[in-house]
Amino acid sequence: MKHMSNKLRIGVVGEEEAILAFKAIGAIAFPAESGEEVTAALFKLSQDGVPVIFITEQAARMAPEALARYETTPDVAVIPVPGTMGTDGYGEARVHENVIKAIGADIVIDQEKREG
Amino acid sequence: MAVLHVNPTRMELTQIKRRLVTARRGHKLLKDKRDELVRQFMKLVRENLRLRKQVEEELSLALRDFALAGAVMEPGALRQALLYPARQAGIKVGRRNILSVRVPEFTVDEGSLGEAVLPYGMAETSAQLDNAIATMAQALPHLIALAEKEKTVSLLADEIQKTRRRVNALEYVMIPQFEETIRYITMKLEENERSALIRLMKVKEMIAERTAQ
Repeated sequence: MKHMSNKLRIGVVGEEEAILAFKAIGAIAFPAESGEEVTAALFKLSQDGVPVIFITEQAARMAPEALARYETTPDVAVIPVPGTMGTDGYGEARVHENVIKAIGADIVIDQEKREG
Repeated sequence: MAVLHVNPTRMELTQIKRRLVTARRGHKLLKDKRDELVRQFMKLVRENLRLRKQVEEELSLALRDFALAGAVMEPGALRQALLYPARQAGIKVGRRNILSVRVPEFTVDEGSLGEAVLPYGMAETSAQLDNAIATMAQALPHLIALAEKEKTVSLLADEIQKTRRRVNALEYVMIPQFEETIRYITMKLEENERSALIRLMKVKEMIAERTAQ
C-alpha cells in the first residue's frame, strides 16, 4: 500500500535570519516574530499542502497550542529545529514527552546515561 | 463493581456470556497490539533522538556559515541574492502502515539537490555564501529523515495511549462488570428455582392435607 505523491516543497517558520538558510535551498519561508504570526504561518502552509514544516525552537515556544493542533494529523509534520541561537532543548524535550505519553515514564533518559 | 441493569433471565445470561467471550478476545488482541506498538516505538524513539542530535549539530554549523556569509556581505545584498532559491529542495510523500497506524514516509526528490547552480551574481556575493548553501544542502536529507521519524514517533505515541486506555477499560471495567452480572443472574435464577420448588412442595402438602380430611 505504498504510493508516492508528486514533488512537494518544504516549509519553514521562524526568525528572519534563521529561515534565510532554508530559503536558500528552496523552502517556502514565513518569518514570524509573534505567536499569532507563527499560528497564521502554520495554518497557511498546512492549507497549501506542505507536508514538512520546520519551525525554529524559539518560534515553536511562542505558539505551543498551534503545534499541538498538528501533532496527531498524519498529513503535516511540524518539526522544531534549532534557530540562530542554537538548540535550547525544546525539540528533544518533545521527544521525551512522547515517550512519557506512550509508556507512562521517561525510560529513554536512563538508557542514554548508561550508554554515555 | 456495579452490576449491569438487566433482567435476570436465561436469555440475558447467554447474551452476556457471549459478550464476555468477545470482550476477553478483544482484550487479548489489544494487549498484543499494544506490546508490539511499544516495541516498535522504542526502536524508533532511540533513532529519533540520535538523528535529532546529529541534525541539531549540522544545522547549527550551517546557520553559523550563513551568519558568517551575512557578516561579509551587505545585509540587503544577502537577502537579494537569496530572493531566488539556489536549490529547489523537493520531497515526495508516501504512506507506511505500522499496525494500522498510517505514518508518512518522506524521500528527498533526487535531482533537486544534484547540481549547484548560482542564482546570484558574483559581484555582490561572497564565497562563504556558496559554502553555507552547500552545507545546508548536505544537511537536508537528514532533516527530512528526522521529520519522518519524529512524526512517526508522535503518531505512534498517540496510538499507544489510545490502545492502552482501551486495554485498561476492558480489563478493569468491562470484563469485571460482565463477570459480576453473570454471577448475579445465575444466583437469581437459582434462587427462583429454589423458591418454585418450595412453593410446589407447599402446595403438595396442602393438597395432601385436604385429601386426608
